[in-house]
Amino acid sequence: MALFLVTANRLSDGLVVFLDPSGGWTTALAGARVIAPDELAAALAHGKAQHDARIVVEPYEIETTVEAGVPVPVRLRERIRAAGPTVPYGEAEFEARVAAQSGTP
Amino acid sequence: MYRYDEFDQDFVAARVAQFRDQVERRVSGALTEDQFKPLRLMNGVYLQLHAYMLRIAIPYGTLDARQMRMLAHIARTYDRGYGHFTTRQNIQFNWPALSQIPDILAELASVEMHAIQTSGNCIRNVTADHFAGVAADEVADPRPYAEILRQWSSLHPEFVFLPRKFKVAVTGAERDRAAIQVHDIGLHLKKDENGRPGFAVYVGGGQGRTPMIAKKIRDFLPEEDLLSYCEAVLRVYNLSGRRDNKYKARIKILVHETGEEEIRRQVEEEWERIRRGALKLPQGEVERIRAYFDLPPSVRPREDGAAALAAARAADPEFDAWVRQNTVPHRVAGHVAATVSLKPIGGTPGDATAAQMDAVADLAERYGHDELRVSHEQNLVLPHVAEADLKAVYDELVSAGLATANAGLITDIIACPGLDYCALANARSIPIAQRLSDRFGDAARQREIGELKIKISGCINACGHHHVGHIGILGVEKKGEEFYQITLGGSGAEDASIGEIVGRGFSTEEIVDAVETVVDTYLAQRTGPDESFLAAYRRLGQAPFKEALYGAA
Repeated sequence: MALFLVTANRLSDGLVVFLDPSGGWTTALAGARVIAPDELAAALAHGKAQHDARIVVEPYEIETTVEAGVPVPVRLRERIRAAGPTVPYGEAEFEARVAAQSGTP
Repeated sequence: MYRYDEFDQDFVAARVAQFRDQVERRVSGALTEDQFKPLRLMNGVYLQLHAYMLRIAIPYGTLDARQMRMLAHIARTYDRGYGHFTTRQNIQFNWPALSQIPDILAELASVEMHAIQTSGNCIRNVTADHFAGVAADEVADPRPYAEILRQWSSLHPEFVFLPRKFKVAVTGAERDRAAIQVHDIGLHLKKDENGRPGFAVYVGGGQGRTPMIAKKIRDFLPEEDLLSYCEAVLRVYNLSGRRDNKYKARIKILVHETGEEEIRRQVEEEWERIRRGALKLPQGEVERIRAYFDLPPSVRPREDGAAALAAARAADPEFDAWVRQNTVPHRVAGHVAATVSLKPIGGTPGDATAAQMDAVADLAERYGHDELRVSHEQNLVLPHVAEADLKAVYDELVSAGLATANAGLITDIIACPGLDYCALANARSIPIAQRLSDRFGDAARQREIGELKIKISGCINACGHHHVGHIGILGVEKKGEEFYQITLGGSGAEDASIGEIVGRGFSTEEIVDAVETVVDTYLAQRTGPDESFLAAYRRLGQAPFKEALYGAA
């Protein structure tokens, strides 16, 4: 059976959020509500209402699996969107490179 | 450098106030997302894969230390401590909160910067040769004309809702470092037989899903007619460009479908109608703008650096390699223009931390006559450095992690943000660039390979310019997996060409080996070190590369 998450961006700061079991939104994938197909329409309707209430922007559903109790989006795009860039950035990137070049862990 | 006058300052301040009101109305519910989206885009605000993204204009890639420090301040205060310099000489911040963007724009306005027309279907930031005003092969500095075009195109009421975005690039040199032939309008500043300045006008170039080399529709346009002629081009496009299909809406499609001769006829007809009107450039106004771009008076011929520079180069081979690779002659004796590479081995192309931006600003102030450039190849440039100061500049760049000696070499890779940041992307670009950089990072090997431009895009929109890469890499998604298609033989320079697809794509695991196979084939078959990759490819054709990659047919 296919499983789903409802995701959007938070209006105020744009960060990726997922619908949680209480009807709120979480930035943590682990806290997302995993939605069965027969519950999806109602979850999306709630998302649309939250869009209209200016909490989130453009909610949509994504397909997911669940591994060790944690949702794992099926598409690579959505996995990256949930977890952030796959490469370090900013100072962390700079420090990682310096460490790699100097041979320190 | 150009300085805002009272009109400019009021205009930008008014725009900040207007956008602040629009954000407040969006948050209060007075504006829906559908209503707000085109307004935020007009101010450079996208909603990307992870967050909002703010694209800030750096007109023709020129800025001063104060402006660079402001970018560092914004990175540190409102974002996550870094920014990304783009292939259109702009900078993008990847994590700003919508509620803080009006404050960011107000801070930018305080140093004569903005984000207007960095998105949307309008005339975008005008780009120019990053060695403008410096290069030995230059007829004249193209930036005064880029500035005139900026003033003409900013909120031009007729061209705010074009069929699609519109990009203009200007070069003043024979060697095209501004990629003018893959722009909607490309302008090549030259002089006629009487020494009068004017332009060869190219129209209808572009990349994206339908790459096209621009057509030269006029060999010489007198300087005074610059705006009327561009207005005529824009009018023809605005009237006849397609609005029913965004993938066929760029002027390149109109030029292709209408034909070069007919487009030329239509533009010339419209131009003839308007050329004697209000857009004729007064000579005094051209001179007034040009004066802003005069070399700083403190850049005077110097003879005091050559001996010290030679000694320093002899004593430090890495410095010697950096001077050889990252500096070019300046038209004023005793000076060079120095490329500050944003392509550290294994790093993210075009990214700079706030600390690095501050470091470069310090160098510009202390040794660079307060001027900086951003190149469309995603590097920074200190355009006026005395030879006598070069070692001190280099030492500070080493401390800041900015002294990679790879300008124009195989690790000087252009890459779009790709699927790590971009909502449109199908595949990641940055990790491929990093792995290629690591694979070819050895300094001696890079020098042996010589000039070789790798350009990587994470989708067919081609923001990473893969179509004009000597080796282009296009990321695609196939059955949920990332694959990478190789094109060969592209060029964005004066010998512009669109790269040819060499064959089936390669998996993430295979792509770096595949590029190495291409490079090894080149090294084995070139006539000698003086034959560049592009020259060898044009002589040999695709066959040996194809055979090396896929085996004999």
